[in-house]
Amino acid sequence: MEIDPFIFRFSIFILSIFVGYYVVWSVTPSLHTPLMSVTNAISSVIIVGAIIAALASSSSNIFETSNVFGYLGIILASVNIFGGFLVTQRMLQMYKKKKKNKK
Amino acid sequence: MISPNLSAIFYLISGILFILALRGLSSPETSRQGNLFGILGMIIAISVTFLTVGNFSNAMNYVLIFLVIGGAIGAFIAFKIPMTAMPELVAGFHSLVGLAAVFVAISAFLNPQAFNLGSPGNIKLASLIEMSIGAAVGAITFSGSIIAFLKLRGIMSGSPIIFLGQHFINLLLGIFIIVLIYFLCETQLDNFFWGMIAASFLIGVLLIIPIGGADMPVVISMLNSYSGWAAAGIGFTLENTALIITGALVGSSGAILSYIMCKGMNRSFFSVILGGFGGDTTVNEEKKKDQKPVKSGNAEDAAFLLKNASSVIIVPGYGMAVAQAQHALREMVDALKKNDIKVSYAVHPVAGRMPGHMNVLLAEANVPYDEVFELDQINNDFANTDVAFVIGANDVTNPVAKTDPQSPIFGMPVLDVEKCKSVLFVKRSLSPGYAGVDNELFYRENTMMLFADAKKMTEDIVKNI
Repeated sequence: MEIDPFIFRFSIFILSIFVGYYVVWSVTPSLHTPLMSVTNAISSVIIVGAIIAALASSSSNIFETSNVFGYLGIILASVNIFGGFLVTQRMLQMYKKKKKNKK
Repeated sequence: MISPNLSAIFYLISGILFILALRGLSSPETSRQGNLFGILGMIIAISVTFLTVGNFSNAMNYVLIFLVIGGAIGAFIAFKIPMTAMPELVAGFHSLVGLAAVFVAISAFLNPQAFNLGSPGNIKLASLIEMSIGAAVGAITFSGSIIAFLKLRGIMSGSPIIFLGQHFINLLLGIFIIVLIYFLCETQLDNFFWGMIAASFLIGVLLIIPIGGADMPVVISMLNSYSGWAAAGIGFTLENTALIITGALVGSSGAILSYIMCKGMNRSFFSVILGGFGGDTTVNEEKKKDQKPVKSGNAEDAAFLLKNASSVIIVPGYGMAVAQAQHALREMVDALKKNDIKVSYAVHPVAGRMPGHMNVLLAEANVPYDEVFELDQINNDFANTDVAFVIGANDVTNPVAKTDPQSPIFGMPVLDVEKCKSVLFVKRSLSPGYAGVDNELFYRENTMMLFADAKKMTEDIVKNI
C-alpha cells in the first residue's frame, strides 16, 4: 500500500518542530523581543494562501466571497510582513557593541 | 506557470531561509543578516505563489494594490512605534496573523476547487479537519491577542476578570467546538463552520481575560505559539511546505518562550492559564498594618552614594519603560563612567511586559549589549558591588522569594540586590509590585528609597554627579 502524502507533510511538520526547538534555545535572551517580531513576520507567509484564494477564478466575477476573503487576508498579512521585518530590522540596528576607544 | 513540483522545492527553500533567520538571532552580530534571510524567504514564497497560480487577470491588480496598502500600513507602524510599545505591537501583529488564518480557511471552505480540496459540500475529510483546526486556532489567536493588546495598551484594566464557573464554561466551549467540527465533517453544512469560528472567537476572549498584567509575558509568548500552530494548520490544508515549516518553527518558538517566562516567575504554565494572579491594585492588607521605618533620600544623596562607589549594577524594570527613563539612565551611566566607576546592567527574564523587553529599551538608549547581563550571569557579582540601582523593578528583587515559603512569589529566581553594600530604589511609592507582595527590601538598613518618577529622579541625579 502506498503511503498517504499527508504522512510526509506530517513528518516535515514534526521535524520542523525539533529544528525550531534547538534553534530557538540557541537564541540569546537579549534578542527575545526581535525573535517574537520576526516569528510574527515569517508566520505571515500565510499570505500564500490568501493570494491563491484571491486569484482563484471559478467565474468571471473577481469579487466572489472567497476572493474577498483572500483580498482581506492579503492586507492583514502584508501589514504583518512589512511591519514585522522592518521593526525587527529597526531593533537589531540598535544592538551595538562597546566601542573600544571609549574606555 | 511553473510546475507544482518545482514550486514545492522553492517553498522548501523559503522554509530553510526562515530557519536561518531564527538561527541568526543567536548573536547580535549575525542577527541582521538573519533578518535578511527571512525577507528573502518571504520574497521567494510570494513570487513562487504568483508564478504557480499564473493567473494574471484583473484580480492580480487588486492583489498588488492590497499588498501595497498593507505593506505601507505595516511600514508606517514599524517606523513610528516607540520601543516602549513593543509588547502591544507584537500582540497586535499576532491578532492579524490569526485573523488572516481565519480568512484563508474561510476562502478554502467556500472555494475548495482553487486549493484542490474537492468541491463545495464535498471537501476531502482530512482537508476539512485541517482547515477547521487552522480556523479555530486562528480565531482564538485573534480574539485573545486583541484582549492582550487592550490590556497592554491600558485601554482595559490589567486586573484579572474572574467569574464563577469560568473554567467550566471554557471547557464546555472547547468541547462544543470539537463537536461542531465533528458535525461539520459529517454533514459539510456551512452553519457548523461559522458556528465553530464564532465559538473560537469567544473562547479566545474568555481565555485571556482572567490573566493579570504581571503574566502578560507568558500570554504574549503563548499567543505567539498559537499563531504558529494556526499557520501550520493552514499549511496542511494548502499542502504548502513553507507554511508547515514556518508554523512549526513559530509554534515551538512561542512555546519555549512561554516556558522560559514561566520559569522566570517560578509558576506552572497551567496556573498562569487559569489566571487570577496579580492585579493592578492588589494590596497586601496584613503587611500594611505594621508600618516599618523606611529610609528615603533625594537626588543629592543618591548622587553622592553613586559617585563614591567603585562598581554599580543597574536593575531596570517595567517602571523604567513606563517613565521612558532609559535615555536619562544612559546619561547617568555615562557620567558615572567618566568617574571611572564600573557599571553593568542586570536584566531579569521577566522584567518588562515581554521577553527581552528591557534589552531592546537599553539598546535603544545606546547601551552596548555586552554591558547587559542575564540573571545567572551576574547574580554572584552583587556581593562584590557597592551600589545596586533599582529603577522600576520590584518583585524581581524581592528577597522574600528566597526566604518565605508562604509568599506567592516564593521560589521565583530573584536578583540578589540586597547583597550590595547599598541599594538605591527608584520608585513612586511603597506600593507592592504586580504580584501584590510587599517588598522586604524597602525596609532594610542598606536600602535608600528614592520616591519620584524614574525619569525625573535619574535626570536630577545626573545634575548632581
